[in-house]
Amino acid sequence: MAALKVYGLPMSTCTTRVLTCLHEKQVDEFELVPVDLFASEHKQPPFLSKNPFGQIPALQDGDLTLFESRAITQYIAEKYKDKGTDLLRHQGDLKEAAIVKVWMEVESHRYNPAIQPIIYQFFVAPLCGTTPDQSIIDANVEKFGKVLDIYEERLGNTKYLAGDYYTLADLHHLPYTYYLMKTPYATLIESRPKVKAWWEGISSGPAFVKVSEHMKFGEN
Amino acid sequence: MVIKVHGSPISTATFRVVAAVHEKELEYEFVPVDMKSGAHKHPDFLALNPFGQVPALEDGDIKLFESRAITKYLAYTYENKGTPLIYKEGKQMAELAVWMEVEAHQFDPVASKLAWELVYKKMFGMEADAAAVQEHETKLAKVLDVYEAQLSKCKYLAGDSFTLADLHHLPVMHYLMGTQAKKLFDERPHVSAWSKDILARPAWEKSIALQKQA
Repeated sequence: MAALKVYGLPMSTCTTRVLTCLHEKQVDEFELVPVDLFASEHKQPPFLSKNPFGQIPALQDGDLTLFESRAITQYIAEKYKDKGTDLLRHQGDLKEAAIVKVWMEVESHRYNPAIQPIIYQFFVAPLCGTTPDQSIIDANVEKFGKVLDIYEERLGNTKYLAGDYYTLADLHHLPYTYYLMKTPYATLIESRPKVKAWWEGISSGPAFVKVSEHMKFGEN
Repeated sequence: MVIKVHGSPISTATFRVVAAVHEKELEYEFVPVDMKSGAHKHPDFLALNPFGQVPALEDGDIKLFESRAITKYLAYTYENKGTPLIYKEGKQMAELAVWMEVEAHQFDPVASKLAWELVYKKMFGMEADAAAVQEHETKLAKVLDVYEAQLSKCKYLAGDSFTLADLHHLPVMHYLMGTQAKKLFDERPHVSAWSKDILARPAWEKSIALQKQA
């Protein structure tokens, strides 16, 4: 029995953020414990004791229980800083580490709020028996386009978002963008050459390829 | 060379950084960005933050934006000055990371929308949307129920010391305390005690003095 347990699902965006990070840090010994969202397992006391906000994923490492995917990835990146990819620029200088923090916040507060409603309406709403709300999609596509324009300019100056190295600032974008690429809105990425090249680079790494094999949302 | 904080007196994100600067007892220069005249969309400012939002920070040749990246940078870089706002190791560091994400993804999205309705709209002479206020208050109540449980276990969100996880709440909470939303904090005993404690910190008092000067 592995000491490290991830509570979540293999197709969940936030769970796969954590799984990708584990594989990047060459931490392959962990157990993925499924949480039955359709049975509302995530809203019931045993799971709520792991995440009082009732959302996946949660992580258990011995007697430590964590939630919020981006807190979990940062914990993993710190704990295993001497293994695998240097996701927080421990080997870099103060300035590099600070810029990683900036672009991690950009993903959290600029990119994610625009892309998340698009993915929700397209993939999740139908599973809940609702028709996707096109007005929500359209409003967020416009917002998202503006964010991507800034990314296009940024990636004209640097190979990755925080500089010359792949870090958590890039990794955090993987799951939602992967699903976007399965929709007609993939053109938003494909029409911007620098963003497209960055996406192709970060999504083809072995850690994410391994995880994305199981990201089949609503597909048979 | 003195740290420069580029921001606006009515921007909650700016005050997240101002609070951190005061907690760390750092010398700094406040550079007002005149948002009414569109200064934040001007090339000079976009060079500091391509998203055209306040705040931005300059520390020597380091230029940063996103308030929570700036506060973390200050906490790590000046760890030996002023209040230690972070835990650097182990379980405590992990808990801190969790509760910083909670502020960012559970508290702020709802609390900011409520502040927009109850504070900013009033400032700009607009009418609050009663349905939106109701919706956001209901959501914030649920978030604060979780905070009540957490704060019954420890004095501050991430443990027994004041950290960035608490500090990040100050600006929006300060605004909401001047509105009908204050009741949401007051009716939960541990949340109430915690909010009163952190809003009374000398560094926060110094920060809002700057707001009043403007």
